Amino acid sequence: MSLLLFTVLTLCGLGVVAAVILYFVANKFKVYEDPRIDEVEQMLPLANCGGCGFAGCRNFAEALVNNEDIAPLYCPVGGGDMMNNIAGFLGKAAAVKEPQVAVVRCAGSCANRPQTNIFDGVKSCAVEASLYGGETGCTYGCLMKGDCAVSCNFDALHLDPETGLPVVDQEKCTACGACVKACPKNIIELRKRGPKDRRVFVSCVNHDKGGVARKACKVACIACGKCAKICPFEAITVENNLAYIDFNKCKLCRKCPPECPTGAIWAVNFPAPKPKPEIPAAEAVKPTVKKPIKEEASVSAS
Amino acid sequence: MLKTFRLGGLHPSDNKLSRSNSISECGLPETVFIPLSQHIGAPATACVAKGDKVKVGQLVAKASGFVSSNIHSSVSGTITSVDNLPDAGGIRRPTITIKVEGDEWLEDIDRTDTIIRNCNLDSKQIIEKISSAGIVGMGGATFPTHVKLSIPPDKKAECLIINGVECEPYLTSDHRVMLERGEEFLIGVRILMKAIDVNKAYIGIENNKRDAIDHISGLAANFEGIEVVPLKVRYPQGGEKQLIDAIIRRQVASGALPISVGAVVQNVSTTLAIYEAVQKNKPLFERVVTVTGKNIPTPANLMVRIGTPISFVIDKCGGLPEDTGKIVNGGPMMGRSMSNPDAGVTKGTSGILIFKEKESVRAAATTCIKCAKCVSVCPMGLEPYLLYKLSQRQLLAETEENRVFDCIECGCCSYTCPAALPLLDMIRLSKMEVMRIIRERNLAK
Repeated sequence: MSLLLFTVLTLCGLGVVAAVILYFVANKFKVYEDPRIDEVEQMLPLANCGGCGFAGCRNFAEALVNNEDIAPLYCPVGGGDMMNNIAGFLGKAAAVKEPQVAVVRCAGSCANRPQTNIFDGVKSCAVEASLYGGETGCTYGCLMKGDCAVSCNFDALHLDPETGLPVVDQEKCTACGACVKACPKNIIELRKRGPKDRRVFVSCVNHDKGGVARKACKVACIACGKCAKICPFEAITVENNLAYIDFNKCKLCRKCPPECPTGAIWAVNFPAPKPKPEIPAAEAVKPTVKKPIKEEASVSAS
Repeated sequence: MLKTFRLGGLHPSDNKLSRSNSISECGLPETVFIPLSQHIGAPATACVAKGDKVKVGQLVAKASGFVSSNIHSSVSGTITSVDNLPDAGGIRRPTITIKVEGDEWLEDIDRTDTIIRNCNLDSKQIIEKISSAGIVGMGGATFPTHVKLSIPPDKKAECLIINGVECEPYLTSDHRVMLERGEEFLIGVRILMKAIDVNKAYIGIENNKRDAIDHISGLAANFEGIEVVPLKVRYPQGGEKQLIDAIIRRQVASGALPISVGAVVQNVSTTLAIYEAVQKNKPLFERVVTVTGKNIPTPANLMVRIGTPISFVIDKCGGLPEDTGKIVNGGPMMGRSMSNPDAGVTKGTSGILIFKEKESVRAAATTCIKCAKCVSVCPMGLEPYLLYKLSQRQLLAETEENRVFDCIECGCCSYTCPAALPLLDMIRLSKMEVMRIIRERNLAK
């Protein structure tokens, strides 16, 4: 009996001594961590996509809590509302950024851009771009191997089996920018989402001269400059044989898409034109040779 | 026991179909396309304009820096454009297009067959002449030769090594040059020895070219300080570091240049071009190109003017066979298949290889079984399977730690892989990225 008692007491005694030692050691080596980091982390999307430029959401939360000025920090996935919530919680001023979305600036589908050779190497755009100009006459356009789709953490990018081109699911896209980095041809751009997701952009990145570009692809920008001339807001610049629409200046007036002879300017998510009573008759008189292509483009865009 | 390099390597069947076909003239096409970037370094700057008349050998583009090279017209005629045109890979690059009219050479080029043995120029004058003749390494790397010969003042060259290895299967242009232009080639070696001030030159020739070894050894007896070294047949013996290891048993450190072990390496065709430039005033505007393939009616070694469309050269050899799968610019191991056969031959085009459709198919990649065959064949002592995985995951810092920048892109790993993994394709990708990072880091310093 006494043996049992002795054993129990010894064990309890050891426990108490160890607890006291551990208490002091823990106090001595305590690392203070701001409790707000955990809370901020919970407010973040926890996607760990790296879209903010940090390794993960935890690192981003630490930066948000530790930095005085959080204006340069932005989580594209959570967006403005979430950033405002976090800023309110921390008592700091959040960055104000327009919501953005990834836009694929190439319309060179198999039908528009005839294949001139076959690439049988690794199914990767980066590898193909490191070896040669690509499977078509256009050396600027989409290589259709889907590096962007692989890079997307949000399942928002897929290759369209019919056209071979990547299509962005704008509901799922968080504008984290992973696809922008993955594309070796710099085709994908983050652009302003626009009111009701309406956007106007040049769906081409070809810097070749007009004739060369047109020969390689039916819907290439030929840098004719008509769009730049008609734009009332000076939002369009033609540089190095390519038109570019500045999304900060563009007021979505949609004067440029019908001007484009190759249909390279896309206006997306606008309501379908109303059945027109008289105006189209007047317009139809104007002899625009390339009209069919234009309509085809706007149909495939919407 | 024949000499060879120590680490890695393999022996693909050599298929030298055109080994006994002597060098013949390719003839003049209607138009030539001369790219302004036929060398490593800055592209040359065009010094002619549309409409200008040029003669054979006339300077059409000037070197735009030290690591750059002059480019000369290979034909006489009228410049029809100076514009961006697609190269063999389809990428548009500045190119001079010349419409051929007759064949009128510049007067100061010596077109006779007389062999001039004496060279009274000093080292500086020789290098100056090589530089103005626009000579680049014609083995494929196209590094400007005058840069290689300008030895930094704190270093001293001890020997010259001539690369007559031609380890790439199929190619025979250097082999034919040694057999047919042996004497001129050896004078070129003497000129090079004078240029870098050495009294010893080794000519490395693989043992599958016995006739060239015998021929050059016989001729070399009349030349002081030139020794022919027969080498065991092993790919990639033509790599600079491999050849130095094979011949003088010295190892060039990672990231260092051959001059750090006192060696200067030059290729056979380059040496012949140097002879012609120094002794005959003839700039580099033509080269021997091997046109070969199992399906080609008449494989040949052709003397081709730079800028001649590749399709024209193929037509000279009986035209493109029906079941062509790929046209490769260079040899089968390191060459690149081309998408635009209308592009011009460049200074680095040592061969045009045509693969049958069946030959050109790549086996489907399966899974790495860690057999380490790639490790055992890598001549640089790298671990290709590891670099492949790291490149796939884009772990650039780790690929740099594993010396990805040492890769010479010989393709032994991809060739030997039983799982048919595209090892080199992925390694090349991270190599390019790592090299860029290293360059930026050095610039920042």
